[in-house]
Amino acid sequence: MSISGKNFMLFAAVAAVLCVIAAVQSVAVAVTIVNLCLVSAVMSLGLNIQWGYAGLPNLGVMGFAALGGLAVVLVSAPGVPAAIAAGGPGIIASFVVVVVTVAAVVGIRRLTSLSRATRVAAVIAVLALGYLILGRYFGPAKNLIEAIDPSATGYLGGLGLPVLLSWPVGALFAAAAAWLVGKIALGLRGDYLAIASLGISEIIIAVLKNEDWLSRGVKNVVGLPRPLPDELGLAGTSWLQSLAIQFGISPPDAAALVVKLGYSALFMLVLAFLLLLSEKALHSPWGRMIYAVRDNEIAASAMGKNVKNLHLIVFVIGAAVIGLAGAMLVTLDGQFTPGTYQPLRFTFLIWVMVIVGGSGNNWGAVLGALIIWTCWIEADPIGTWLIQHSIGWLPVGNAMRDQLTANASQMRLIVMGVILLVTLRFKPGGLIPERH
Amino acid sequence: MQDYANAFVLLLNYVVVPATTYGCQLALGALGVSLIFSVLRFSNFAHGELMSFGTMITLLVTWWLQAHGLTIQPLATALLALPAGVLVTVLLSLATDRFVYRYYRIKRSDPIVLLIVSIGVMLVMSGLVRFIIGTDDRTLDDGVRFVISAKQFRDLTGLQEGLAIRATQIITIALAAVSVGLLFWFLRHTKTGKAMRAFADNEDLAGLSGISAQRVVTITWVVAATLATLAGVLYGLDKSFRPFVYQQLVLPIFAAAIVGGFGNPVGAIVGGFIVAFSEVALTYSFKRFFSYVLPADWLPDGLYQLISTDYKYAVSFVILVVVLIVRPSGFLNTRSS
Repeated sequence: MSISGKNFMLFAAVAAVLCVIAAVQSVAVAVTIVNLCLVSAVMSLGLNIQWGYAGLPNLGVMGFAALGGLAVVLVSAPGVPAAIAAGGPGIIASFVVVVVTVAAVVGIRRLTSLSRATRVAAVIAVLALGYLILGRYFGPAKNLIEAIDPSATGYLGGLGLPVLLSWPVGALFAAAAAWLVGKIALGLRGDYLAIASLGISEIIIAVLKNEDWLSRGVKNVVGLPRPLPDELGLAGTSWLQSLAIQFGISPPDAAALVVKLGYSALFMLVLAFLLLLSEKALHSPWGRMIYAVRDNEIAASAMGKNVKNLHLIVFVIGAAVIGLAGAMLVTLDGQFTPGTYQPLRFTFLIWVMVIVGGSGNNWGAVLGALIIWTCWIEADPIGTWLIQHSIGWLPVGNAMRDQLTANASQMRLIVMGVILLVTLRFKPGGLIPERH
Repeated sequence: MQDYANAFVLLLNYVVVPATTYGCQLALGALGVSLIFSVLRFSNFAHGELMSFGTMITLLVTWWLQAHGLTIQPLATALLALPAGVLVTVLLSLATDRFVYRYYRIKRSDPIVLLIVSIGVMLVMSGLVRFIIGTDDRTLDDGVRFVISAKQFRDLTGLQEGLAIRATQIITIALAAVSVGLLFWFLRHTKTGKAMRAFADNEDLAGLSGISAQRVVTITWVVAATLATLAGVLYGLDKSFRPFVYQQLVLPIFAAAIVGGFGNPVGAIVGGFIVAFSEVALTYSFKRFFSYVLPADWLPDGLYQLISTDYKYAVSFVILVVVLIVRPSGFLNTRSS
């Protein structure tokens, strides 16, 4: 759990940069960045468990994060009784049909006594039958649900439970999905896992975007319950008003800041807890075994370790952490917007964090998240500023000037790519390399 | 009889022709990915961006040509600009190889490391494309639109259903056929092509036989970048050019390459068509088709659509996942994976 002087300096440097941002832009901007840094840090801890500990290239971070977000909707959003009454039975029936069909397919595939051709024919028959029966229940139920006040609800809603409960549920959702993905793609060569997980994450997003009865799709779920008091009520309290006077800012601004800091504290708690667990796990016999499996699979299996099983466990744990982060993010935003999930932001950016910070090292993954998120946010204003000042000599209204100004924000993709490439080339272990 | 002819034309118009065109575009992309996989031994995630880059250069040259009144009506100007697009894209990929990939090749890094490196390249390239041309939707096609329009076809045959064939579809199929033919001739009958295949089979033995690794790698990038630009421009001519869409194309392309058996050129082409036909046929509503072939009172209601069009994009991933479960080495692969 100890942290060396050099690494402490790296964290201190990030803190200093954030202080500069607070001074130059505003404290509110800096705290917003810190909050997202913390969420990203949890995400990159999760990816680090998969990639850093076990060498599993998961390119489906986005899908697991989105499932975590879905959990927030399903757990904390208020239910829609009319929709549940109209479509609930149909949805439950469809669910049963899906489970039975999948179970039948898995069962048939295990029947090795039958010939291959019979099994394939049986699987196809069961799938076709399942599809037909599913259509009977699912289509009508979906239409009924989506017809109920579509501009405000049009979905089943959630359980209306406290929002913090959705965080472990989000982890559970992601873990369940990871178990499925792992069953399919682990044990194949690494490239296939990467491509399959990328594909599956896109499927998850497609489902969330289009299944309005479940997640309202691209209509978004807004106004999700929050774990902290809302700014408006807080601004009216006397202790906050006196605090605001003390710091010389208006009560609404002070309330917003206090709520944001509240989130920071909450996230920091989660991060510290996970970091503690990860460090403990990594420096236990189990952690050393995981490293040994990563570094030499053949030797590990010769020693009697079940490599495939271990990979599955690590993959599921990592995905659970990512799902938790996804739930935290949606809680922070107070809304679930399936349209905003993009692989660049939710998968590849997290990869840059882990690689730059140091794959295989928990502190590295956290540091990487802090640095890369800050860069990602600040590359936009800095890039725009740089471009505006370097093309000042071009006449106003010049096509090239307009073009460069309009596209300046795309610079951050280039910056991220270059950071990743430079790290891989000159410091492949990352800023805080793993220790042995 | 008339009804069956109508049903046939309907399928041709809405399924076969669009899927064949799309299949050609995917096959060209998958060939590039497959080639890089077998010679350089990694999955190149930057291939979609390479297509995007090639298309962008072609588009920029097309604008320049149009501004100078240089067009080749009735064909699209982009075809005239294509060689320039190919040239610049080849130079870019050679530069990428020299400054990025070569280091890892000499070090003999793990394929997964190269995959992550290619993600870095992907980020840089996508930023570059978006920085230069922005994220808007752009059309490339300025040639004659139809070879035969639905109305002309109806007048010609007297059928109720029309068959519209766009010029870009003919161009896609013709160019794809020619370039695939050339590629296979090159791989089978030229000394360089044979060297490439030998290198793909066994790097060390190829080296012992005096084959220059650097030369093989260079040629591979030249071919892959050419195929990528061609695929990108043909896709852009057929639909339109939008960086976001091109970034997503990398998945159906990988699906095509894996379905056919990664590293197998024939497999890449077959895979391209499997993915394209599934995508189009599974999301097509067969209601009109059945209204022709079935007696009227047999026809129940419903769209006869297997999957909603919202999931058009997910089809290729589902195929990919199914192939990974059932036959991970692909359908046409002879090598073990």
